Amino acid sequence: MQIPHEVTARPDTGLYNAKLGIWLFLASEVMLFGGLFSAYVFLRVGSDDGYWPHGLLNVPIGTFNTAVLIASSVTVVMAWASLKMRQWNKYKLYMGLTILAGVLFLFIKLYVEWPAKFVHFGAFIKKDKWTEYEQYLGNKHLADDGRPPRAEITGHLEAVEIAATEDAVKAFAEDHQLEVKPSEGKEGGEHTLIVEAKEEKEGVGPFTAEKLIKLPGVKPLAFEVKLDEVNADPNDPKNDRPTFWQRPLSEKVGRIKFEDISSWSAFAPKHSSYFAVYFTITGLHGAHVLAGVIVFCYFFFFGEKLYRKNPEHMANRVEVGGLFWHFVDLVWIFVFPIFYLL
Amino acid sequence: MSDTHTPATSAPVAEAHGDGHSHDDIARHVKGYMIVGGALLFCTVLTVALSYVDFDKMIGGHNWNFIIAMILATFKAGLVAAIFMHLKQEKLTIWQFLLVAAFFCTGLFLLTLLHWVDPIFGTSRSTHF
Repeated sequence: MQIPHEVTARPDTGLYNAKLGIWLFLASEVMLFGGLFSAYVFLRVGSDDGYWPHGLLNVPIGTFNTAVLIASSVTVVMAWASLKMRQWNKYKLYMGLTILAGVLFLFIKLYVEWPAKFVHFGAFIKKDKWTEYEQYLGNKHLADDGRPPRAEITGHLEAVEIAATEDAVKAFAEDHQLEVKPSEGKEGGEHTLIVEAKEEKEGVGPFTAEKLIKLPGVKPLAFEVKLDEVNADPNDPKNDRPTFWQRPLSEKVGRIKFEDISSWSAFAPKHSSYFAVYFTITGLHGAHVLAGVIVFCYFFFFGEKLYRKNPEHMANRVEVGGLFWHFVDLVWIFVFPIFYLL
Repeated sequence: MSDTHTPATSAPVAEAHGDGHSHDDIARHVKGYMIVGGALLFCTVLTVALSYVDFDKMIGGHNWNFIIAMILATFKAGLVAAIFMHLKQEKLTIWQFLLVAAFFCTGLFLLTLLHWVDPIFGTSRSTHF
């Protein structure tokens, strides 16, 4: 059956079918992302002083990924233009570059950015204990400067101090390449132990720590954290605002008592409303990038037959795929500043 | 594959379809796409650079960095929509779709302004916004 207006425009709307369809779809996408962005606004305005993090993401990598998406928007519109000018080889080149850019974006997100977040550690200190951790939080300095306070200590989890018998954690420690050492003190009649990674570079890892403290007979006492520079030297004015280049971890190790912590985790969705909405929006955006790459791969590998038969139809398909891709770029234009820069 | 029913065409270029994209048009557009791509990259660098200027301290008040970044992002989004997505010369039907979406999306964002009349107790924004 021949479907009318697959290639030519309908006289009443002036549009061919697929273009009408994609714009209806994009209008629904505006609502989908609009809902999530308005959730972001609500969560942000509802966050308590010091509880909306700033400077936890890697800005150079985010900037690079933004440039990759912008470049891919140029190449996909060039791919369409090449088809309109009936330059098949140029089309293949530009479409290939677009696919590579999409894959690069996803690779950076999934293999560079997110894994670094999952090994980083953050602990929010109970408000009434902030003064005890002033050496890491620097809230007096911030208050003098009229800035919101710090509520969280971040860094790399080096060791967990627990009250338990060695037998209670022996098997777990072996499974997770952890070393268990006796510590000085005693807690409720039980010996206290220090659990740390065998390889010093690795650290315990927040997810491993979560499993550790859930073991029967284990009572968590304190975390030893190799501090981020902002917590190692919180009164230095250069740490008042985030910088473009991420600062390396300091050599300073801070001890945080478990009972003084209101919540702690890796930089995972459960860390805070910020990371919850960050992973939701960038995850959904990443899924869109993946969808675009799959569609473009189809156009790249299986498009020639249609092109030889009806080049205009092929050009229309690429235009519609391109419209979707530009929309994904457009969403990222807002995602990038609200999570990375503000 | 549905393509097998599509009639073959011998038209070498696009002008036969009356979509306003002739060969010459496209060739002219290509230069524009490159310029817009460059402008978007420049605006990205500008957005990043300006985010490290403490405008609140400089001007006084709150959320200046947010406002400035959003103005730049909206400008960039406008460029992508107008030029890359051809909205500038697009048909009325599409504008109608988008107007409906924009209307409801604006409504969604206006809902977030309710925190002005009913601030969440004890949060910084109940006093700063």
